[in-house]
Amino acid sequence: MTDTPVPRFAPGTRVTVRDDWPERRGPCHIRTPHYLRGRPGTVQRVLGAFANPEDLAFGRPAPKRVLYHVLFEQPPLFGEGRSGDDVLVEVFEHWLDPASERQAA
Amino acid sequence: MPDPDRTPATHDIGGLSRYRCVPVEHDEAPPDEFGKRVDALRQILAAKRMMTVDELRRGIEAIPPDEYFELTYYERWLRSITALMLEKGVVSAEELKR
Repeated sequence: MTDTPVPRFAPGTRVTVRDDWPERRGPCHIRTPHYLRGRPGTVQRVLGAFANPEDLAFGRPAPKRVLYHVLFEQPPLFGEGRSGDDVLVEVFEHWLDPASERQAA
Repeated sequence: MPDPDRTPATHDIGGLSRYRCVPVEHDEAPPDEFGKRVDALRQILAAKRMMTVDELRRGIEAIPPDEYFELTYYERWLRSITALMLEKGVVSAEELKR
């Protein structure tokens, strides 16, 4: 149906999750947890490309999107945990932007 | 989170303070008869390409919060399946009342 997209981010790339809240705009189905919005993380692994569940949830044509394992430091997310604790989450590419230099520093 | 524009959706409960320090439910029990019938319905509708599991999830996530937490796991499924079939015009509200 559609070509498999080429991953935009390589493992090790610093990224920021989009600070977007589509659930506030109307019916939707998204797989990006609320606690990651606007947060910086590091791409750990490219998992492949999969039909976008945000489209599948409405029975729409669903182009493939690249899915990543992204690693986040835990303490800033949950306000608890020790340094070195981290959280690994599957995030689709369209939720990720390259981290700004300020965030990457 | 005081900002209403950053309030998570009902099902998006990861990291929320009200669920911290609550023991994880290890609910490994097989579905009861009701649950099996609901799952059978979902499988038949999926096999007939009348709904996808992503649509099922969307329907579950659309359940208003006060009802969401009152319903059991498979009751949420049935609620979603019903809403989807109404939305797709597979059944009418009148037919459901019978």
